[in-house]
Amino acid sequence: MLRFILTRVSLVIPTFLGITFLTFILIRLVPGDPIEVRTGERGIAPERLAELRHEMGLDRALWQQFLDYVGNVLHGDFGLSLITHNSVLSEFLTLFPATLELALCAMLFATLVGLPAGILAAVKRGSLFDHGVMGASLTGYSMPIFWWGLLLILFFSVGLGWTPVSGRLDLVYYVEPDTGFMLIDTLKAGDYEAFRSALGHLVLPTIVLGTVPLAVVARMTRSAMLEVLGEDYIRTARAKGLASGRVIGMHALRNALIPVVTVIGLQVGTLLGGAILTETIFSWPGVGKWLIESINRRDYPALQGGVLLIATSVILVNLLVDVLYGVLNPRIRHAR
Amino acid sequence: MSAEFSTKAEPATPEPVAVSRPPHPLTEFWYHFRQNKGALGGLVVIALIALIAIFAGVIAPHDPDIQYRDAILTPPVWQAGGSWSYILGTDDIGRDMMSRLMYGARLSMMIGLIVVTLSLAVGLGLGLVAGFFGGMADVLIMRAMDILLALPSLLLAVVVAAILGPGLVNAMLAVSVVVIPHYARLTRAAVLAEVNKDYVVASRVAGAGPMRLMLIVVLPNCVAPLIVQATLGFSTAILDAAALGFLGLGAQPPTPEWGTMLASSLQFLQRAPWVVTWPGIAILVTVLAFNLLGDGLRDALDPKLKR
Repeated sequence: MLRFILTRVSLVIPTFLGITFLTFILIRLVPGDPIEVRTGERGIAPERLAELRHEMGLDRALWQQFLDYVGNVLHGDFGLSLITHNSVLSEFLTLFPATLELALCAMLFATLVGLPAGILAAVKRGSLFDHGVMGASLTGYSMPIFWWGLLLILFFSVGLGWTPVSGRLDLVYYVEPDTGFMLIDTLKAGDYEAFRSALGHLVLPTIVLGTVPLAVVARMTRSAMLEVLGEDYIRTARAKGLASGRVIGMHALRNALIPVVTVIGLQVGTLLGGAILTETIFSWPGVGKWLIESINRRDYPALQGGVLLIATSVILVNLLVDVLYGVLNPRIRHAR
Repeated sequence: MSAEFSTKAEPATPEPVAVSRPPHPLTEFWYHFRQNKGALGGLVVIALIALIAIFAGVIAPHDPDIQYRDAILTPPVWQAGGSWSYILGTDDIGRDMMSRLMYGARLSMMIGLIVVTLSLAVGLGLGLVAGFFGGMADVLIMRAMDILLALPSLLLAVVVAAILGPGLVNAMLAVSVVVIPHYARLTRAAVLAEVNKDYVVASRVAGAGPMRLMLIVVLPNCVAPLIVQATLGFSTAILDAAALGFLGLGAQPPTPEWGTMLASSLQFLQRAPWVVTWPGIAILVTVLAFNLLGDGLRDALDPKLKR
């Protein structure tokens, strides 16, 4: 077991170094003088320029600069934002829970709807319901989600007035941030009105961000179920007279779940990055929106640090899924 | 039954039984493909959009950039206040929506074509080299691809577009970079499956050089998955380029790119929903058509799924 985990962790290290290298190179590819790019100033005097260059270590060999960068990153130093002059890491950490909350809710939504839909579609293969689910899932998969979000806002927020248009919480409420998860923080504070407000704010972004994973989960569940339902042991279970619900729920589903769980896990990582569009539409104060704002403000250190941090969290989530998967499924653990 | 036995009993009479030759692969492909109604529908829609894109200059009722100042935010023709001269309405500065959508189709098809060509060419090359030569080249290339794959695709596209600066060309480059690993991995896997087969060994023994082996002997047998991926690649390219346009990192106004059109008329969402609705529908329909076609191609080309 320990060996399995260690192998998985060691496989992640080169990927992490590669991403670090990518972000290290990234800031050098920005057109313009590196000092001006990094300080956000123009027309610096030559003497000052040389001084700054030395201060930032830009006069040293490239590989030394890279090692410095890796060293800083490993110490949690991701640089300072040009605009706010705060540490990029602390800005990221204050915003990250909002993104994580949204991504987890979206995944929950996708699973709760997609799994039953996929199972039913497989069981009733060829029926109207099956065609409906497959059509809907292909449409969901092809959906430009930024447009989908606008449509939902237009219909539910503007038209029916059911849900708020943007943000995480109505301005009349204030909840001391603790975990950063609005749903948990409002409950902890015992403010149920605020909790309802937070929940209302979450509904539309969750649906929008969850649409593509929902489509993927439904399709994956259906095809995995279809495969399992054709196996001999299912026929055996049916032949010995088990109730249909028991055969599907106990015998088929448990085996069909293996690939589905993997897909769900890997989607969490994708969602962390995919939240860029959803957060922009709903003014959701998470890392995706922050990243786009950093780009628009030409805050390159924030962009550099932010990308590295998001990428690292995606890698870590995928690693976690991988290890959990090995814990749950002995076949994987012993195969490698 | 008895007829079967009788033919087996008299093998001496070589009667010209209609021992049908195996059908040409294309015929067989078309036979399977035709049965998939969704894929056929997708193909028809794509053909239609391609025709609109090619003849946009002829069939568009107006110039996409002309601003009709007396017809700002005209609703579509079936709504009160609509006019037949602007069938799908006009946008916030009085440009004809239908004409802009038609020219937008031209851009989207071009984006798809360029992105797929570019990423396919690079991915194919990398995959061939990795699969064919193995060793250090394989490790280096595939590790690099893994790193690109570890980043969520839109995040990577956004970063590349941010570095290169906003614009349609840079957006296309950004989206191309993002999808290269898919082609590289597919090609490598296909090459590895083929490279030890007898016909490859035979041509190697016959003295074929590495270039000939790669491009003429092995490559044609690897195209099926690549065709499927390239078709699906069109939809990814169009969707991602529109997303970049929406974020302000892709095509810039007044270019009639669908995502850019959406973003630049956001504040009219309530007053004139059609300025936001049409570009979205255009993106959805195009992407859906390519996904349907890709699925159909996969079913028709993948022997494992053939019934």
